Parts: sequence; structure tokens; C-alpha cells
Amino acid sequence: MTRITLFLQMLLLIPGLAMAQTAGQEVEMADLLRSSGKIYVVVTVLTIIMTGLLIYLVSLDRKLSKLEKKLTEKSPS
Amino acid sequence: MRIAWWKWLGMVLIYYTIIAGFLIPVPRIPIVHESVRNQFFHVSMWFAMMTMLTTSLILSVRYLKSGKARHDIIASEFANMGIVFGVLGICTGSVWARFTWGAWWISDPKLNGAAICMLIYFAYVILRGSIEDRQLRARISAVYNIFAWSTLIPLLVILPRMTDSLHPGSGGNPGFNVYDLDNNLRLVFYPSVIAWTLLGVWITELRVRTKTIENIEIA
Repeated sequence: MTRITLFLQMLLLIPGLAMAQTAGQEVEMADLLRSSGKIYVVVTVLTIIMTGLLIYLVSLDRKLSKLEKKLTEKSPS
Repeated sequence: MRIAWWKWLGMVLIYYTIIAGFLIPVPRIPIVHESVRNQFFHVSMWFAMMTMLTTSLILSVRYLKSGKARHDIIASEFANMGIVFGVLGICTGSVWARFTWGAWWISDPKLNGAAICMLIYFAYVILRGSIEDRQLRARISAVYNIFAWSTLIPLLVILPRMTDSLHPGSGGNPGFNVYDLDNNLRLVFYPSVIAWTLLGVWITELRVRTKTIENIEIA
């Protein structure tokens, strides 16, 4: 238990250490999502929206398949 | 997940459209600027609509030949999906027009033609909704669908080419080139047409299956 709390405390310390190191320098955070006028952020957002919609569509599709199966079992015609 | 291969294809192509559509380098055109990327969304809406409505027409003709209720259901659902794409096409086009031509709507043969087409297809939905008898509804709406499609082609395809218009693809015979398609645009544009079409077919398929189940319940 104490080991876990120690680990968590260390985790909390890491950002502090990192900030201490970069303080005074130019804060260069040019990771992928910030380049090109942040267009990648828009792409990510749209991808998330499309993923949500597609998951919804797939679940609708599966629900319908189940319903069809139920109906054919009930009345084999 | 056990779903048909073309649904997977549609999903992959939609992701491709969104990701590549925003990230590929596009030609620098004055006034249009980055909005040329609308090509992958606005223009492909209309292409998808054309596919939906033409499929609907084919199914209507088949219904008139066969008299099968199934053909009628499929025809009407493809028409519905086509209308959805058409409305989306008009709305997106209006936004695009506002920021390139300066107005939400201009009196242009292409735009007015598209609006009339939508009204004609709205009438199709209303016509179907107003007839109780199933066979009568199927037959009348199938005949009306043929009429609607026959006005769609001159209004959207032929008439705008006979006059001048702000809208690309008017005046003369554009083929595919007046869209200022350079090879980069093509690389995303054609897949985007397939992507939105497949999505439309998928939604239509779900609606057809729902209607089929409803019909079993009634019978």
C-alpha cells in the first residue's frame, strides 16, 4: 500500500520536474496536434464524431439483424 | 464484427475522406482558398444524391414490371436517402456560396434547378404519404418517380450547361475538369464520392430492413 502511494506521489512530481527544467527557455510544444495551424485538432474532432456515428450505425445494424433472426424463428415462412 | 465488406469499405473511405481531405496540399485558388476542400463534402453530396435517385428510378421501373412490394420499398427508401443528400448539398452549397460569392443564395440556374428538384422530390414523399392503399401508392409513386427523375436531369445537368453561371460545371461541357480538379483533389474526391454513396446505401439498407419487418408485422 505504501509503495503504491509512493508511486503516485512520484507521478505527481514528474510534471513539476519537467516544468522546472523548461522554465526560462522557449516553451516549444510542437507536438503533432499543434502544427499547421492546429488543423490536426479539427481532423481529430471529426474523426471522433464519425467514429461515434459509425458505431451507432453498426449497433443499429446488429439490432436489426437480431430482430430479423427472432422473426424468422417465430414464423418460419 | 460480422458486417458486409462494403460497409467496412465505406467506413475506411469516410475516414480517408476526412483525414486526407483536410491534410493533403490543395491548389491555391484565389477567393476559394482552403474552402476548395468542400469539394470532398459538398460536391460528393450531389454525386451521392444522383446515385441514390437513379437507383430509386431503376427500382421503380422494376416495380412497375414485377409488382413486387419489395421493389417499391427499396425504391422509396433510396429516394428518401437521395433527398437527405440533396438537402445537405443545398445547405452546404449555401454556406460555401456565402463565403466565396458573398450571398447565401443567388439566382443562378444551377442553384434554382437544384431547389426545384428538391421540391419535386418533396412532392414524391407527400404523394406517398397521402395514399392509403398499398398497391395504389406503390404504382402511382413509381410513375411519379420516373417523372421526377426525368426533370432532375435537365434541371441539374443539361440546363445549367446551356447558360452562364457562377457555379462551376456550367456553360459548355465540363466533363470532370471544370471543378479545377488537379491530381491531388482527384485523389480524395473520387474516394469521397464512393464513401458517401456507400454510407447512403448502408442507411438505406437499414431502413429497407426496418420497413420489411414492419410489413411482416402488419401481414
